[in-house]
Amino acid sequence: MTYQEKKSITTLISAVLIFAVYCLYKYAQYPEEGMALEESIRYWGSFVLVLTLVSIVAHIVINIIFNIIFRITTGEKEPAFADELDKLIELKANRNSFFLFILGFLLAMVSLATDRPLNLMFLILIASGFLSDVTGSITKLYHYRKGV
Amino acid sequence: MAKNLVGNHIRKLRFNHNEMTQQQLADKVGVTRQTIVALEKGNYSPSLELAFRISRAFGLPIEEIFFYGDDTSQ
Repeated sequence: MTYQEKKSITTLISAVLIFAVYCLYKYAQYPEEGMALEESIRYWGSFVLVLTLVSIVAHIVINIIFNIIFRITTGEKEPAFADELDKLIELKANRNSFFLFILGFLLAMVSLATDRPLNLMFLILIASGFLSDVTGSITKLYHYRKGV
Repeated sequence: MAKNLVGNHIRKLRFNHNEMTQQQLADKVGVTRQTIVALEKGNYSPSLELAFRISRAFGLPIEEIFFYGDDTSQ
């Protein structure tokens, strides 16, 4: 298994773990039924912002640890640049990722238009963000293994 | 995944050129080893620029390295 394949798997697993752990942590602070609208919106706004920050920091730390372990176990250095194959796979992963997110966004708008609770819209948006991240990683792993 | 129609003799040519490693060829043509692996497995068709760089690395015309379809007449 090459560096890029291992990195895709690591990114996938870490994205799932980070999201799951963070959701469990925030679930305890979930607003009770009957909370004011402003309170609810503030909760979801902080949910997304803190999740973004936590994800970025966690991914950087995990990436550094992964590179150290990779060097120790294989004796190889990680690639210093992205060549044409890497860029092509990145484009395909981004395309699939964005497509899924747009789908989730439209679904969230449908929930608003059909008078569903506001919390549902935020849940759909956050879930689609997570799923689009996972889709990007899976797409990369698929193309690195099967080719383009 | 549809089979790539562009085949190559890169693996054979590497061995015939002083048993060049995939990493050495990758360094010569400016790509990662992963790309050379994908080329040799037939999982990737290189860009025209990369094909020319590979042909220069081996000192051979492109037609002796790459072939289209089932034509393996080299």
